[in-house]
Amino acid sequence: MHEEPILQVRNLNKQFGNGCTHCRNKVDRQLEKNYCPICGTVYACQDVSLDLFPGEILGIVGESGSGKSTMMQCLYFDAPVTSGEAFIYNGELNGLNVFQLSPQKQRYIRNHKYGMVYQNPVNGLKMNFSSIGNIAEKLIAAGNRHVSSMESTGNKLLEHVQIPLFRSKEEPQNFSGGMQQRVQIAKALSNNPPILFLDEVTTGLDLSVQANVLDLIKQIQREWGISMIVVSHDLAVIRMLADRTMVMLNGSVIEEGLTDQILEDPQHAYTQRLVYSLL
Amino acid sequence: MKNKTHFAFFDEGSKKEIRRTTLKAVAIPGYQVPFASREMPIARGWGTGGLQLTLSLIGKEDCLKVIDQGADESVNAVSIKKLVQQTTGVELTDQTEDASLIQSRHRIPEVPLTEEQILVLQVPTPEPLRDVEASEYVTKRLHAEEEYSGAWLLLFEQIMKYGKTATGADHPVYVNGRYVMAPSPIPRFDNPKMHTSKALTLLGAGREKKIYAVPPYTDVTSLAFEDYPFTVETFADQACHLCGANDVFLDELVDETTGKAYYQCNDTSYCIDRLNSQEQVEVEHHHA
Amino acid sequence: MGYVAVKGGTKAIEASIERLTYDRLQESEVIEVKTIMATMRALVDQVMSESSLYSPFLAALAIKQAEGSMEEAVFIMRAHRSTLPRLHYSNIVESESMLVERRISASFKDIPGGQILGSTTDYTHRLLDFSLASETKLENDQWMKNYVDKLEQAVSPQDEVLFFPKVVDYLRQEGLFGGHELDDTPPTDITKENLSFPASRSARLQTLTRGQTGAVTALGYASLRGYGQVHPTVGEVRVGMLPIYVGHPNEPEQTEEDSYYIGEIKVSEVESFVPVSVKNEQNEAELDFEIGYGVCYGQNETKAIAMSILDQCLEHPEASFPTHDEEFVLLHIDSVEATGFISHLKLPHYVTFQSKLNSVREVKRKGESNEE
Repeated sequence: MHEEPILQVRNLNKQFGNGCTHCRNKVDRQLEKNYCPICGTVYACQDVSLDLFPGEILGIVGESGSGKSTMMQCLYFDAPVTSGEAFIYNGELNGLNVFQLSPQKQRYIRNHKYGMVYQNPVNGLKMNFSSIGNIAEKLIAAGNRHVSSMESTGNKLLEHVQIPLFRSKEEPQNFSGGMQQRVQIAKALSNNPPILFLDEVTTGLDLSVQANVLDLIKQIQREWGISMIVVSHDLAVIRMLADRTMVMLNGSVIEEGLTDQILEDPQHAYTQRLVYSLL
Repeated sequence: MKNKTHFAFFDEGSKKEIRRTTLKAVAIPGYQVPFASREMPIARGWGTGGLQLTLSLIGKEDCLKVIDQGADESVNAVSIKKLVQQTTGVELTDQTEDASLIQSRHRIPEVPLTEEQILVLQVPTPEPLRDVEASEYVTKRLHAEEEYSGAWLLLFEQIMKYGKTATGADHPVYVNGRYVMAPSPIPRFDNPKMHTSKALTLLGAGREKKIYAVPPYTDVTSLAFEDYPFTVETFADQACHLCGANDVFLDELVDETTGKAYYQCNDTSYCIDRLNSQEQVEVEHHHA
Repeated sequence: MGYVAVKGGTKAIEASIERLTYDRLQESEVIEVKTIMATMRALVDQVMSESSLYSPFLAALAIKQAEGSMEEAVFIMRAHRSTLPRLHYSNIVESESMLVERRISASFKDIPGGQILGSTTDYTHRLLDFSLASETKLENDQWMKNYVDKLEQAVSPQDEVLFFPKVVDYLRQEGLFGGHELDDTPPTDITKENLSFPASRSARLQTLTRGQTGAVTALGYASLRGYGQVHPTVGEVRVGMLPIYVGHPNEPEQTEEDSYYIGEIKVSEVESFVPVSVKNEQNEAELDFEIGYGVCYGQNETKAIAMSILDQCLEHPEASFPTHDEEFVLLHIDSVEATGFISHLKLPHYVTFQSKLNSVREVKRKGESNEE
């Protein structure tokens, strides 16, 4: 791909704890895992860099604790980064390190540039508000003040994610896990975001429901051409969705490349174990 | 061992603190300024926020009017008036025009206020986002980041469920285009009176420990979607059975013998004023 | 002639207050404030604690005026408190300086200094004592004389005042508790500043100690029973008098000699030991102890213990129980706030209800016209 990336992340670091003389210096730091045995500081993300190109799906795979979800939370401003830069090349914010922006500006990015689908729908939806209301919330946040237009947008989206229209005014708390996840996807898409994050979206769902949700994501990517970052511990999910893949271990990126390449010819010992366990 | 009571109940230190808070509130229209909120001789939830404002502002030359849900003679209004008068000796009035300080619970008087007047409103729940977010820590951040989707969402949900917004009193407003504010549970009918009001409006929540303000001539707009405009309560073609007013907020009463509803001005002093001037006209007409 | 407002409200209030006085006086009995102070110590203590104003006389007066209603007495005291200028903060009080009347530990049988059961109802049988219905001053005086005689024979006075070390210090010496550096940051004064979140520990402790006894106990109990993660062992409960000093107002350099003794207050103080799981140097989970702290005016041990539980709960907000949520706990335990807002529901809501009614009717009307 010769295009410019739409999202560029450079040296993202996220740590929990203040560090000590043993672990504070990045160059000398020699930790077996990603935490310091002396002071207990956890280095959840260590110098993570990535480029996301328009229209592609970037998969991030790793075991739990590898830092992949933390990285996504940082990108979505759910958690502050310790250090690092991120740039969005889409209109007015070009060239600004978004981690340095004010909370208001970051909220603007969430409302206009990003969509997010969490593993647990409780984090992404207001369970006791109607499904259509949940979608409207994102539209309202993006500045829409017209009920009828929001209602029709919402209904179209719900139809798209196969929620029957007569249930649009029902609260997601009455829905099955798969349906909740589809409402979340509809909400994430509602403001036409150029970038969509998906965090373990099929974990915890039945296999048949998983397939259904994955099909939906694939279809959305085809039709809408949204750039997506998909985080999963499940290489099967990554294989089905991602054009390119990054492998994370203990907070660091250990391997990246085209998904097919990684599956056929994994370089890192950890990736090799991961790929062979899939086959 | 009898203590000498201070003028206006409080010690001067307490009054100063409340005034400083009030000044900050005036400087940032619609922003809820936290304050320590003293315990008062009347109960929390019974107007202690308003009372603290009144007592911190009142001087010997002031003339005070207190109304509760529109009525000067409602027991709680009387109780508040009594306390203020006992500790200050100021003049009391029922006449809106005569008052320099008006403390009110849940109504703005029908007579337009002037630059010389201060309206103090009693507030039970100052946080307009409380129904969508229980945590004070979070709502404070939402205000700071100007994130009001929650307030709009509440209205949207009502439209989805009932086909229209179904707020009763306390319909949220934008103040000066920045802060979303709970106007205290005044009926929607009174919301427009806040807009570019000539009088200073102060709102005090004693239990929740917040003071906020709408300075004179400030824009106040009720939250409403483009295709669902804000509406006030309507009383169809009803009029006050005493004075005949039909452009005011009416109380609905039931005739005990017939069981039928009839209507009466909620603002009692306004109603009496109208009755008196009608009588004046009749008398003059009669003598002429 | 002209119309005038009906003075209904004014008349009704006057009549109601008269009736209240009538109810208090109708049996023509007068209770002396000093009688309340002398015979209702627990009630006086509780009122002082919840109103955060230490004055047995004023508390007893408030109880008399409130005819024994706790919420009413606390309310009166708090309102009175608002009229008092606050001129000084006391010096820091070290509770080792307490003149201990009662001191027990549920953690150790042999605590340095020994356990002192003191005066407590804990081991009385809660049977109605009908003899109290006809006790006489003469009998009581005789009992007192006998008791004092007995004491004089059994106990000989000492020249020195005996102070008791804290149980937790003994455990610190053993290395079972980590030490903390002295932190003399001036505490938040929640009566002068609005409680803001996240609250400092000083603000939390102040809110808890003036909390309604029933509310603090109920939430502490809820945590203990399962809606919380704190199950403590009481390290030490002590009750006794603490001397209070204030510094010289105009001396920038303070020495202890400059301080003025202004009196003593009775308090109940509790230190609870709460097992918590911490990571050791090898990042393995290990059990350790933390201390929950409770203190309140007067003798009110249940409240102080419940407070120590809630203190620990609020130190661990990560647990997903309401008892660990500081906004949930701190904003709902104050007597004046809770009783005030509940009772405000008695006020007329004519306008607000009319407004809601209007909305409901509009919605219904719209529903009907849609069906047509």
